[in-house]
Amino acid sequence: MIVDINSEKILRDDGVNYLNCDRGWKSWAFTLDHKRIGIMYLAGILLCFLLGGIMALLIRAELFTPGKLYLTEDKYNEFFTLHGAIMTFLFLIPSIPAAIGNFVLPIMVGAKDVAFPRMNLASFYLWVAGAIFFLLALGLGGLDTGWTFYTPYSTTTNSTVIAATMGVFILGFSSIFTGLNFIVTINKMRPAGMTWFRMPLLLWSLYATSIIQVLATPVLGITMILLTAEKMLGVGIFDPELGGDPVLYQHFFWFYSHPAVYIMILPAMGVISELMSVFSRKPIFGYRFIAYSSIAIALLGFLVWGHHMFLSADSPLAAVIFSALTFSVSIPSGIKVFNWLATMYKGSIRLDTPMCYALSFILLFGIGGLTGLFLGALATDVHLHDTYFVVAHFHYVMMGGTLIAFLAALHYWWPKMFGKMYSEKWAKVACLLIFIGFNWTFFPQFLLGSQGMPRRYARYEAEFEGLHRVSTTGAMVLGVGLGLSACVLGHSLWRGKRAPRNPWGAATLEWQTGSPPPHHNFIGKPVLTDPYDYDDLVFDEEEGGFVRRRRRSGSEQEKPIKEPSIV
Amino acid sequence: MVMASTTEEQDHHGHGHVAHHFDSAQQQFDAGKLGMWLFLITEILFFSGLFVAYAVYRVNHPEVFIDARQHLNTSLGALNTVVLLFSSLTMAWAVRAAQLGQHKLLSNLIILTLLCASVFLGIKSIEYSHKWGEGLLWAGAYTYGSEELVEQDKSAAKLAATAVLGAPAALIAVVSGAILVFWRKRLSSVVRTLVAVALGMGAIYFVGVGIGIIVEVLTHSSVSHEPGDHSISQVAGEPGPGVFFSIYFTMTGVHALHILIGMGVMLWMLEKSLRFEYGPDYFGPVDFVGLYWHLVDLVWIYLFPLLYLIG
Amino acid sequence: MVAKAASSKSTEFGEGANLMTFSIMDFVIFGSERSMFFPPPTSSTAAEVDSLFYFILWVCVVFFIVIVGVMGYCLIRYRERPGVKAEPSASHNNILEVTWTVIPGIFVGVIFYWGFVTFLDLRQSPDESYEIQVEAKMWNWSFTYPNGHVDNVLHVPLDKPVRLVMTSVDVIHSLYVPAFRVKMDVLPGRYSHTWFEANKVGSYTLFCTEYCGTKHSEMLSKVVVHPSGEFETWLENAANFLERMTPVEAGEILYQRRGCAQCHSIDGSAKVGPTFLDAFGSEQSLMDGSRITVDENYIRESILEPQAKVRVGYRPVMPTYQGQLKDEEINALIAYIKSLSEGSQVNP
Repeated sequence: MIVDINSEKILRDDGVNYLNCDRGWKSWAFTLDHKRIGIMYLAGILLCFLLGGIMALLIRAELFTPGKLYLTEDKYNEFFTLHGAIMTFLFLIPSIPAAIGNFVLPIMVGAKDVAFPRMNLASFYLWVAGAIFFLLALGLGGLDTGWTFYTPYSTTTNSTVIAATMGVFILGFSSIFTGLNFIVTINKMRPAGMTWFRMPLLLWSLYATSIIQVLATPVLGITMILLTAEKMLGVGIFDPELGGDPVLYQHFFWFYSHPAVYIMILPAMGVISELMSVFSRKPIFGYRFIAYSSIAIALLGFLVWGHHMFLSADSPLAAVIFSALTFSVSIPSGIKVFNWLATMYKGSIRLDTPMCYALSFILLFGIGGLTGLFLGALATDVHLHDTYFVVAHFHYVMMGGTLIAFLAALHYWWPKMFGKMYSEKWAKVACLLIFIGFNWTFFPQFLLGSQGMPRRYARYEAEFEGLHRVSTTGAMVLGVGLGLSACVLGHSLWRGKRAPRNPWGAATLEWQTGSPPPHHNFIGKPVLTDPYDYDDLVFDEEEGGFVRRRRRSGSEQEKPIKEPSIV
Repeated sequence: MVMASTTEEQDHHGHGHVAHHFDSAQQQFDAGKLGMWLFLITEILFFSGLFVAYAVYRVNHPEVFIDARQHLNTSLGALNTVVLLFSSLTMAWAVRAAQLGQHKLLSNLIILTLLCASVFLGIKSIEYSHKWGEGLLWAGAYTYGSEELVEQDKSAAKLAATAVLGAPAALIAVVSGAILVFWRKRLSSVVRTLVAVALGMGAIYFVGVGIGIIVEVLTHSSVSHEPGDHSISQVAGEPGPGVFFSIYFTMTGVHALHILIGMGVMLWMLEKSLRFEYGPDYFGPVDFVGLYWHLVDLVWIYLFPLLYLIG
Repeated sequence: MVAKAASSKSTEFGEGANLMTFSIMDFVIFGSERSMFFPPPTSSTAAEVDSLFYFILWVCVVFFIVIVGVMGYCLIRYRERPGVKAEPSASHNNILEVTWTVIPGIFVGVIFYWGFVTFLDLRQSPDESYEIQVEAKMWNWSFTYPNGHVDNVLHVPLDKPVRLVMTSVDVIHSLYVPAFRVKMDVLPGRYSHTWFEANKVGSYTLFCTEYCGTKHSEMLSKVVVHPSGEFETWLENAANFLERMTPVEAGEILYQRRGCAQCHSIDGSAKVGPTFLDAFGSEQSLMDGSRITVDENYIRESILEPQAKVRVGYRPVMPTYQGQLKDEEINALIAYIKSLSEGSQVNP
């Protein structure tokens, strides 16, 4: 690629990038390029999302009527188990870190790759292996424990539990390797000028996420080992018959699984921080507070696992402590939301598709987070625990939160990843359909829950039918919206317009290189600037994107010397 | 590895051991060190789950633990502790040798560490087979004291268990021996050394087994094996000695697995060491594997008193 | 007690919140006293839980309106317009940060405290509570009253505190009565407790709300609240049904109360277990291939050792009733099952 130094416009692009620099299946299967690994992850997790989503629609269809529509109770139980397990372990946990983070992080940090590229590839293949184990559990049939595998039910029911727990164990390693890689990359491979507080906030959030991945996932690993040992050998740690304690399992399981939800939401919040700034064309408000709140959430998240177990044991003291800690972790999340809104204030707001998703996130995650208050308060939790209220709450934060932010990130970095622009109009239609469909599906479930409808029920009392019908209808709309967004993105690969280097006018480093980037990420070295300073970025008609206007020397704020970006 | 054929790739060879995505050897070393420490933290958390299970049951049912502990042979445990500590010494010394470019010493020290690990596993197999014979197993399979087994039957069971546990080592030794005898001339010196080391590991494993048997017999009288000796037996619904052994086998089993993995990694490292690939400007892998091995040793240092000594 | 004083003070506030919510939202939707959120509160502690819920609801609504409002305002006022650059503005403001940390913190603190104080009320049963033993198993509930009577429906007296002492024989279950706002997990190998005081006569659904397998969604029962004075009468009648009724009638009662109905139908349909209709006297195949006749002995054995002779096509999941049914009760059940077969001779 040859670039005019003065105007930073592309004079000639030889079109060689990471996608086409090497051909053949082996160049993908054995690649060490973090970008290719990210793309492979993306394809994999989207496939799993499709599978989990189909299960969701099948479940909602069955729940259209109180009695049996077409699923036996056993089949229903298997479906909700697989839906939860696939969505949590195969989609949500890897989504933003592995698919988006792997691609973006090294470029955003100005590096050529992550610290351990082979470990990165290994983490992908571990994810594939874990996915295969799950599909085995699905194919061999019968996994019906819920994604939480509570004992003693999971230790006394059929044996595909072992396939699933081994799958989870393997997936845990995939997650650990990704987190380990990110921590080392951010710690050791930042360029000289990028100090901690000059990093883009996405990196802060990925860092905090990686800390959780490294600290929490091993506990899930040992839990799965113990569960397998219990089933295979009758080790008896969780079996009351042999003197074990089934509630101990819950402690072990939630000690990981609560921080896991912060693995899901922290990268999402990092993405939103980036987008709010870019699309308000204003520096992010309260940078330090957002950075610190990410770390606070990561650490406090380890102290609240007991709020899943308020009713599991007779100790009010433990319940009270966990309730108090749970409320403390809600405050940093609120801080982020207020800072994002303050970023919009006095900005110049553009409603491109990524911004539409970002705004959806704030509203939906807002509802999700606020409804957490009902569950954190002990007295109301007694009524709402294990009802549809909880189902609605976690779908609002995980789907309305993580999935929406993932879609925002996908639409934002899509031009960078694939060099294609998608149809803004249809992408926004999809975003609207998703927003409407989502609320249509899940808001009624709050009411179902507070009215007393328990969760994981294949059949229900007739009084709940009305709200279930509303919810099921909404699910179909949501499905259409998601399908449409998939079509929009897929279509762009085939017929999309060529993407400029910087379609959104963002100031983080990845937008300085080509769309798609070359194999080594940068030709020459990127220019370090404030990641949230948009003053110098102007839209260039010819290129169809933003370029950095070079300052004349002698002006007040001299930018660092630029190295020419030419071959 | 498949790589894009652009001009940047040629730089790779000029930098020696520095991977292309790192700016300098120092950055690569720092990254590797941080990476290994993070991995060790995950290992600590992994084991901590087991320690928590131990703590929960011990605090809630101390009498069970005190009672069951008597079945463990403290001498064998102590011996294993000494063996592992010694292997940590040889490993640490190996790192120093790498830093100083003492290639032969480095290789010898790695081999010594591997042999210590083999002794450890050999002694361990005697402990495991003893428990198998007596029925001192995890909760679901605990049969001690409930059956009228004759001493001969128990001895036969122990022998069988020892044989089963020792089979892999025997296989490795035999195959390595065969390769050395029949294909010696066709192998490079490095490969020959590696096969010899494998043979040595297999053989030394049985030295460990032998030591274990001797110590077992010598200390036999101090460990009581009379059924009915202990006031606590397995009752459904109540935690019994089976729970202690569940935790015992899980903890020592997972630990032994880590020893095996460490041995595999050390063999890989030995191969490189024999080719003189490590030296003052590139000793990272030795350093990091050393850290891993020290953690494996440290875990045992905690396991030993908790399982064998506290009574 | 301090806790009581605090909760009564918050009850007044809560009633105000109740009223506000009822009058605005529910009148619009239902035009009556019913809330769209809850079944009517029918226990002594339910109203307090509802008050807290409505308080949190209003806090959430207010904050959400603020968020939507600010977002909407910014979207309109600060939308991108050609030629108009973003006005310079501060990139951070510590006072603002502290403000929007402390104010939500205060609200959250109030919610926590109110929740915790009410929770203690929910956990602490009054000393004079009437105790009923609960046994949960896959997939039915069994309630044992102080006089030894066992039933699968929970009968309680009006306006008297009732404590439930609960355990499970297999996996974890959870007892939930939405009308009372009461819930507690039921664990194997352990006893858990909950209590309530019903303050309205009627019949309320009781759910299992911890996933427990195939029939989790059908592990229902109900709570029947008896008017004052009638509970004792009911209990006495219920307990001596064996003396008062014929074996067949008693057997039918047992069939319903002891959980048989959950898995065995009487209309010919196969559920988890075989139907009782026309079962007695029939020849059936077992899982091991042998054939048996369903007679008194087979029925008795299947009640006491259900895994011994399982009919082909059915899973061996029936729990044993060893020690739980007296011989006369077993005889009554046998009589009842006999009566469901055409042409069988049964002594009424």
